Amino acid sequence: MAMNYNAKDEVDGGPPCPPGGTAKTRRPDNTAFKQQRLPAWQPILTAGTVLPTFFIIGLIFIPIGIGIFVTSNNIREIEIDYTGTDPSSPCYKCLSPNVTPCICTINFTLDQSFEGNVFMYYGLSNFYQNHRRYVKSRDDGQLNGDPSALLNPSKECEPYRRNEDKPIAPCGAIANSMFNDTLELFQVGNASDLMPITLKKKGIAWWTDKNVKFRNPPGTDPLEERFKGTTKPVNWVKPVYMLDSDEDNNGFINEDFIVWMRTAALPTFRKLYRLIERKNDLHPTLPAGRYYLNITYNYPVHSFDGRKRMILSTISWMGGKNPFLGIAYITIGSISFLLGVVLLVINHKYRNSSNTADITI
Amino acid sequence: MEREPAAAAAEEPGPPGRRRRREGRMRTVRSNLQPPPGAEEPAGKGAPRRRLRGGAQHLADNRLKTTKYTLLSFLPKNLFEQFHRLANVYFVFIALLNFVPAVNAFQPGLALAPVLFILAVTAFKDLWEDYSRHRSDHEINHLGCLVFSREEEQYVNRFWKEIRVGDFVRLRCNETIPADILLLSSSDPDGLCHIETANLDGETNLKQRQVVRGFSELVSEFNPLTFTSIIECEKPNNDLTRFRGCIIHGNGKKAGLYKENLLLRGCTLRNTEAVVGIVIYAGHETKALLNNSGPRYKRSRLERQMNCDVLWCVLLLICMSLFSAIGHGLWVQRYQEKKSLFDVPESDGTSLSPVPAAVYSFLTMIIVLQVLIPISLYVSIEIVKVCQVYFINQDIELYDEETDSQLQCRALNITEDLGQIQYIFSDKTGTLTENKMVFRRCTVSGIEYSHDANAQRLARYQEADSEEEEVVPRGGSLPPRGAAGGHPSTRAAHQSQSSRAHRRTGSRAEARRVSMLTELTAFSSPMEKDVTPDPKLLEKVRECGRCLASARHQEHPLDHLSPELSDIFDFFIALTICNTVVVTSPDQPRQKVRVRFELKSPVKTIEDFLRRFTPSRLTLGSSSVGSASVAAKSTPKASLLSTLANDGALLRLEERLGAGTPRLASNGYSSAADGWAAERSATGPEPRAELRYEAESPDEAALVHAARAYSCALVGRLHDQVSVELPHLGRLTFELLHTLGFDSIRKRMSVVIRHPLTDEINVYTKGADSVVMDLLLPCSTDDARGRHQMKIRSKTQNYLNLYAVEGLRTLCIAKRVLSKEEYACWLQSHLEAESAVDNREELLFQSAIRLETNLHLLGATGIEDRLQDGVPETIAKLRQAGLQIWVLTGDKQETAVNIAHACKLLDHDEEVITLNAESQEACEALLDQCLRYVQSCSPQRTAGSLSVGFAPLCSPSEATASGPSLVIDGRSLAYALQKNLEDKFLFLAKQCRSVLCCRSTPLQKSMVVKLVRSKLKAMTLAIGDGANDVSMIQVADVGVGISGQEGMQAVMASDFAVPKFRYLERLLIVHGHWCYSRLANMVLYFFYKNTMFVGLLFWFQFYCGFSASAMIDQWYLIFFNLLFSSLPQLVTGVLDKDVTADVLLAEPQLYRSGQNMEEYRPRTFWLNMADAAFQSLVCFFIPYLAYYDSDTDIFTWGTPITAVALFTFLLHLGIETKTWTWLNWTACGFSVILFFTVALIYNASCATCYPPSNPYWTMQTLMGDPVFYSVCLLAPVAALLPRLFFKALQGTLFPTPLQLGRQLAKRSPGKFRAPRETSVRGHIPGEARTKPPGQRSISVAQAVSRDCSSRVSRGTWQPACSPEAGGEPSAVDMGVPRREGTLPDRLGSQPSRSSSPGPVAVEGCPGGSRMKPMSASRPAPLPSVFSVPSLSSLNWMSSLSLVGGLGSVLQFSRSSLPMDKHDGDFLPSSTPPERDLCGSSGQTTDCF
Repeated sequence: MAMNYNAKDEVDGGPPCPPGGTAKTRRPDNTAFKQQRLPAWQPILTAGTVLPTFFIIGLIFIPIGIGIFVTSNNIREIEIDYTGTDPSSPCYKCLSPNVTPCICTINFTLDQSFEGNVFMYYGLSNFYQNHRRYVKSRDDGQLNGDPSALLNPSKECEPYRRNEDKPIAPCGAIANSMFNDTLELFQVGNASDLMPITLKKKGIAWWTDKNVKFRNPPGTDPLEERFKGTTKPVNWVKPVYMLDSDEDNNGFINEDFIVWMRTAALPTFRKLYRLIERKNDLHPTLPAGRYYLNITYNYPVHSFDGRKRMILSTISWMGGKNPFLGIAYITIGSISFLLGVVLLVINHKYRNSSNTADITI
Repeated sequence: MEREPAAAAAEEPGPPGRRRRREGRMRTVRSNLQPPPGAEEPAGKGAPRRRLRGGAQHLADNRLKTTKYTLLSFLPKNLFEQFHRLANVYFVFIALLNFVPAVNAFQPGLALAPVLFILAVTAFKDLWEDYSRHRSDHEINHLGCLVFSREEEQYVNRFWKEIRVGDFVRLRCNETIPADILLLSSSDPDGLCHIETANLDGETNLKQRQVVRGFSELVSEFNPLTFTSIIECEKPNNDLTRFRGCIIHGNGKKAGLYKENLLLRGCTLRNTEAVVGIVIYAGHETKALLNNSGPRYKRSRLERQMNCDVLWCVLLLICMSLFSAIGHGLWVQRYQEKKSLFDVPESDGTSLSPVPAAVYSFLTMIIVLQVLIPISLYVSIEIVKVCQVYFINQDIELYDEETDSQLQCRALNITEDLGQIQYIFSDKTGTLTENKMVFRRCTVSGIEYSHDANAQRLARYQEADSEEEEVVPRGGSLPPRGAAGGHPSTRAAHQSQSSRAHRRTGSRAEARRVSMLTELTAFSSPMEKDVTPDPKLLEKVRECGRCLASARHQEHPLDHLSPELSDIFDFFIALTICNTVVVTSPDQPRQKVRVRFELKSPVKTIEDFLRRFTPSRLTLGSSSVGSASVAAKSTPKASLLSTLANDGALLRLEERLGAGTPRLASNGYSSAADGWAAERSATGPEPRAELRYEAESPDEAALVHAARAYSCALVGRLHDQVSVELPHLGRLTFELLHTLGFDSIRKRMSVVIRHPLTDEINVYTKGADSVVMDLLLPCSTDDARGRHQMKIRSKTQNYLNLYAVEGLRTLCIAKRVLSKEEYACWLQSHLEAESAVDNREELLFQSAIRLETNLHLLGATGIEDRLQDGVPETIAKLRQAGLQIWVLTGDKQETAVNIAHACKLLDHDEEVITLNAESQEACEALLDQCLRYVQSCSPQRTAGSLSVGFAPLCSPSEATASGPSLVIDGRSLAYALQKNLEDKFLFLAKQCRSVLCCRSTPLQKSMVVKLVRSKLKAMTLAIGDGANDVSMIQVADVGVGISGQEGMQAVMASDFAVPKFRYLERLLIVHGHWCYSRLANMVLYFFYKNTMFVGLLFWFQFYCGFSASAMIDQWYLIFFNLLFSSLPQLVTGVLDKDVTADVLLAEPQLYRSGQNMEEYRPRTFWLNMADAAFQSLVCFFIPYLAYYDSDTDIFTWGTPITAVALFTFLLHLGIETKTWTWLNWTACGFSVILFFTVALIYNASCATCYPPSNPYWTMQTLMGDPVFYSVCLLAPVAALLPRLFFKALQGTLFPTPLQLGRQLAKRSPGKFRAPRETSVRGHIPGEARTKPPGQRSISVAQAVSRDCSSRVSRGTWQPACSPEAGGEPSAVDMGVPRREGTLPDRLGSQPSRSSSPGPVAVEGCPGGSRMKPMSASRPAPLPSVFSVPSLSSLNWMSSLSLVGGLGSVLQFSRSSLPMDKHDGDFLPSSTPPERDLCGSSGQTTDCF
């Protein structure tokens, strides 16, 4: 305040300012809040007070860890690398870009049968889907079926925005680099006959993605009409409206496409490819035995040291196989328990002295 | 209005006060009513006026405008100001960087959000402040006053804002002065008026102002229309004490203008019916407003340190970004040629080359990691500080009932500095003492009058103080004031007081306040007013009066008196009139008691002198004239007592006193009543009338009251005459020729009067003994008279020394008789000096010196300035807290030393080094000598590291750097502060336990503070109450003003204003500690939080090719700090109490944690950062591994990480929070709920918005994922496990004192209550300096021993005392808890005490089982060997007695024994001794 005397004082001008006849004093209120006397819990961190916490953490975490670990261990999972870097691999021939289309077949054996629903993933390694410019390179409006965005994609899609003066649909680097290997699975029967295993294409994407986020351009025309005026991404062989024959899984709402568009968090990731649904309660979904994996090898990852895998996995309530969480819980729980013991010892040793301890500086 | 010469007017567009003018720094003011000199052409009445107005535009009008902004200028101006903050610029820069497409990390608009939010909050705050300023401006601008209107030819009502320079303003009594006005006319026949400057400087006494010479002689009423004079005066400046100029009358005559002619804006007109004046300065050019510099901005130490760490963070940020950039460059290079599918080429199709990619990545990283530089930190700190200030203001323990004032925080941003103070620089008078002067003793003509009854009376006041609480009945014991309460507001206040007394029990304070309110008079509590006269002296005074009465009509009445009686007579005359006390009567609202006498103003010219001093004129007999017109002055006993009766307690007191001492019956009151009886019947009604004295300084009032007790009463003062009531003689009117006011250089004041009895011209001088003694007439040793004089002088000097030892303020009274010729000669030069325009002060000074020589010593007085309540205890506590207390006082050495003893700053058993040097060389030699001595005493302490080191708690005398105390006088200080000596001085001072600088000037005070501040890099606090402390207060890191009696300058300059010194204890030890600890922890937490959060992002870079990608959604990233995690830490920052107030007060040494910066120091900072890094690693890699090689997408993975971070933050805060109130719980819960609510809403709000993350339904999906929950449980626990473990370990094995304090409080919650009550409420009975009756033989040793032994009775409450100290001298200090101290043993009688001390001591300090009970009751063996060093002020260095020295040597070695852990290292090796001490002191505290 620039004015140090205030107007009211000036007017009545009482010199030492007696409280003007009213009972108003400047005495502060004697309330718990204003006097900072709110009731409070005041924990003091010493060995004695803290050690129960450590034991409790230990006692809670170890069982959880064991539970998770067991669950995770019960999950059946098989991983097959089909990059073909190894010359002995059947897919080795596909490394050369000249062979198109290249189809290779890998056979593998399931030692134990897979029960329940089995998920088929493809996994990529050293593939930086989380790269900043890559992540940005999409147009959600276009994918949502916005007609204006369809023909005029966002600038974020550069340089995969337009091709030969036509807007790319779907635009952007993510769509452009979509995984396009085709995986087929055959069970080798008793008589060495190949029984194809039904791979379900639908139901692999989030429901919200499929129904809310991703939409084909509006209209009742055939898809091709609705995508008129756009062109396919540079790397794609077919335009987006020819991804699948099923109308419900074509265009932007193709689930393989949707799954791909959900950019992975880490350079090593897997994406859900197909579902193998449980047939009935009596037979395992994938009984133990030999299988053939038939790959239409399109996706070049060798140039940047990438790896491609096919993963078959059952799931539990925890999701996929992940031994880490269980181990981590057990480890942390054990450490906590151990520290608790240490504190117990210390507490026991120093209790007497700390009881009489006083403030000494 | 002002008319500049045309050329000058043109070049004056600049803002007021800053203008430069070629022709000097003068302003010319003319009447607005006259046509301007240039405008001769006769124009219509309105036209020239308007022109004038137009021409006057460059002058400030009286409109007050303190607002910074207008509606239009607000936005640009406010933004401009905000961008002065570097941080804001930085954040805006970052936000703008986002608009660059190649770099942007977030949606550009979103990135601006937090910056805009912060800017908006600040702008809103500014706007609100500005608006409230505008409102108060408006209110003031629209006050009304009477301005002379030319059109209507009379005074009309105008608003303040319409007043212009050159207007004529008429003011009535009790009106506030609207501008700086030159006084031209007053209703007072003397041309005087009185103003009260309380609004300006807080001084409540009246100041006299005088009509400009030349106008005072006007007989008829002043007519503004005839005013043709031109006023030339200084440019507006802010010097309140100076105003110079001259007025040129129409006839060409010139007259000087002085500050006595100027009425300052903001003052209130009193005692005068009406005045008229011309406005000289208006509006912002008034001195009052120029003096307003607005609030101060200081940066606290913690904030400085924090800024330094912010710079570290910036460095860290750059390093991280650089690392990232290089990484990205390499990554790009690696994948550049490989046709990697995930590579995104430039828009033209070419792939990005590594170097630009690296540069882009660098910039983007800076944006992404900007959270590391916390944008919310500054705002949060502001908020926390405001809340801290609020809580400090609200603390009821810091509320002073007597003055109805609480602590004021004037600086909002240095609260935490209060917790880190290392040095306190204190003023003495008014700070340590009450600045309520009480007349104690006097010596006249070499004979001492010890005023025992007076001493007893004072003792009883104290007793009353302490007992009143029990005695005063609850009910309204305060009788209505009746006729005496003339002042309406007084009466009203009074009634409310008595009605309120029912409710409250704090009756002592209440009673005091009532007494204060009834005495509107400045500086006069009843204690000061009634002086019980010494019977011997009273008898002599009466005798003297009788003699004079019988001889009054003879030629030289004084010749009939013996020299002694004559001295006594003169002594009292001098006491009565040698001052500037104004007499008022309470009946009329400050109506001046007026005794007109035919004399005019003081002698102003030689002719005047010749005319008036012709011997033919008879001056006697005036008394009858005077008394006829006087409103009754008498103060018969009855009315006096009835007045006293208003203060209920005092009445009883008086009665008791009367019963106890029969002497009272024959004391001054009754005799005065007798003496005045006749006159009272003559003067008529109003017998209850009472005189009030308004003095500029409390000593003056005390002296006048003292003289009145000897029935030598000042009854009236005009500027040219003084009326005195004398016994037998009746009223004498002294013609006052000159008053040479007091100044701090001369240290004296004088009046020149004409004695009505002898017609001689007398000079009475009153001043500091050191100067007055040197000005005495050198007396020859030849004749008997001269020898007698010599004897008187030496006796007086002895008594003066004695007074000083007793801690009394001494004043010498002297007289000089001037012959007419001498006077004429002096007058000539004096008048010249007075009329000089340049150099006037200097000339007047010289003139005064010429007059004040060859004085005849009359006597000396001793005035007591009582210690404030609780000062010794506060000092003891503050010392225990490790604060070094230096007293810087302008008082003389002896007084200062004595006060220092009284307030336990000096101990009697410790050495005192006294440094009094006459020259630079001597000073240096002395310093060297002292240094050698000090070092030889304590060889281990040469490193000087002890000043901030740990020392064992137990012996408080050693708690600070033990060692001798240093007393240094002003002159030596001046030498010691020279460049070449200051290091030595400082080094010496650092080794000393306490330092006392006497006779120091304000400048020296500030130099000392500055020296300590800059050289020792210590935190300093200066506390003072007067204008002389202002410089020191401003220089110190923290300035504290005492809102006491000396006015408001100190408060205005201060950062904090406390009502009493003792509140400093709580302010520092409790609030200072809390503020520091809270803020330090909060700042650390902020750094931790941001580093940890940024760490998460940084680790991710290793997995995204260092591409500055973020897995955390940008919204979370930006609002995380601002919204989700800010509230809990704010609540903790505001409310957390690491140790309760009770424990802090009981264990002041806990304060050291702040001094040593234990909470927040570089090491803590880096540990914190390391912990943050660790936690971020855990919080990153647990989700990483949990989601490794899964089908999760980047933002679905980032959200759990965010949640984990939030939980970790909250848990971390939980570990750091020491007190959990429901607010903390709520805030934490709120944070979690807010995060999830926002996340859920945000993730459901829009399917296609928020690119690139597009987190549609992410949270919802996660909520169904068990892995999410298991990660959220696992990661925070894993991250915080080590911290919790180490905290627990440290809390058990190496607990800090603070932790011990908390444990202590927890274990025994009730223990700390009781002491606190007493420490706040308790008042020490039995002032040490009160003398027991009958002990009249005065010897130093005795005085000291008394002091010493009574100290035992007072006892400080020390929770823990050194067991070793038990057998040693310092044990005198210990023991008796203060509760015991309140027992009535006020007279300090030994026997009554010796009955209790044994058990008390054992109970009070059982830790000292080795301590003998005798230590408490021992009759102080030390003083016999104790030599008071200060008695002779020669060049010598007093090393104390051998015993004392030995004691201190022992103490040194002990203090340096255990703790080398001043750097806070918890060395295991240092624990055993510590523990040892702990054990004993633990038991100690348990007993309370």
